[in-house]
Amino acid sequence: MSGFLELSLEIGFMCVVASVVLAFVRMIKGPSLQDRVVALDFMTVAIVAFCGLAAVRYRTSAFLDVALVLALVGFLATVALARFAERNIVRNRKGGTDD
Amino acid sequence: MIGGLGLLRMPDVLIRMHASTKIGTLSCGLILAGCAVVFAEPDIVIRVIAIVLFILLTAPIGAHMMGRSVLSTGVDLWQNEDIAQDRVEDALLREHDTPEEK
Repeated sequence: MSGFLELSLEIGFMCVVASVVLAFVRMIKGPSLQDRVVALDFMTVAIVAFCGLAAVRYRTSAFLDVALVLALVGFLATVALARFAERNIVRNRKGGTDD
Repeated sequence: MIGGLGLLRMPDVLIRMHASTKIGTLSCGLILAGCAVVFAEPDIVIRVIAIVLFILLTAPIGAHMMGRSVLSTGVDLWQNEDIAQDRVEDALLREHDTPEEK
């Protein structure tokens, strides 16, 4: 039983790390700003999952606090960047029509 | 045990933008549920419930704001949706017209 848990922990670590790397690739070559923000959001969620895995792996419950704070900060960053992108484009367009 | 079931859900290819939100929420919830099952202590279970609830609350809000931002900026969609695009742009521009500009 514990062998299965160890194996699935290893597989889960590999998958989470792979998804973080894929999100990072998308963030580097994202065609627009929104793609990058979505990739950043997904990286935050993946790192929360990573913290959960680490809490199981090392039997340390402090990683769950890290995950909670990370979820908070990631949500705030996503909302702020989305507002920034939308307002920035709208302002640019209005400035263009005014000029 | 059930933790393993949650962990195997993770491989995604990040097809496009909003698939990532769904898969991220599902996999993160399953992994944290497995974490709660493995620990099986009351305070940790409460903490995991708090994290999962928070993610379930905030992921749709973030995805909604991103979708709104994408629509308003008008990046290339995979079909041309000119009519709906124009209508949404007009609505957004009208919404951003604050009274101070009059």
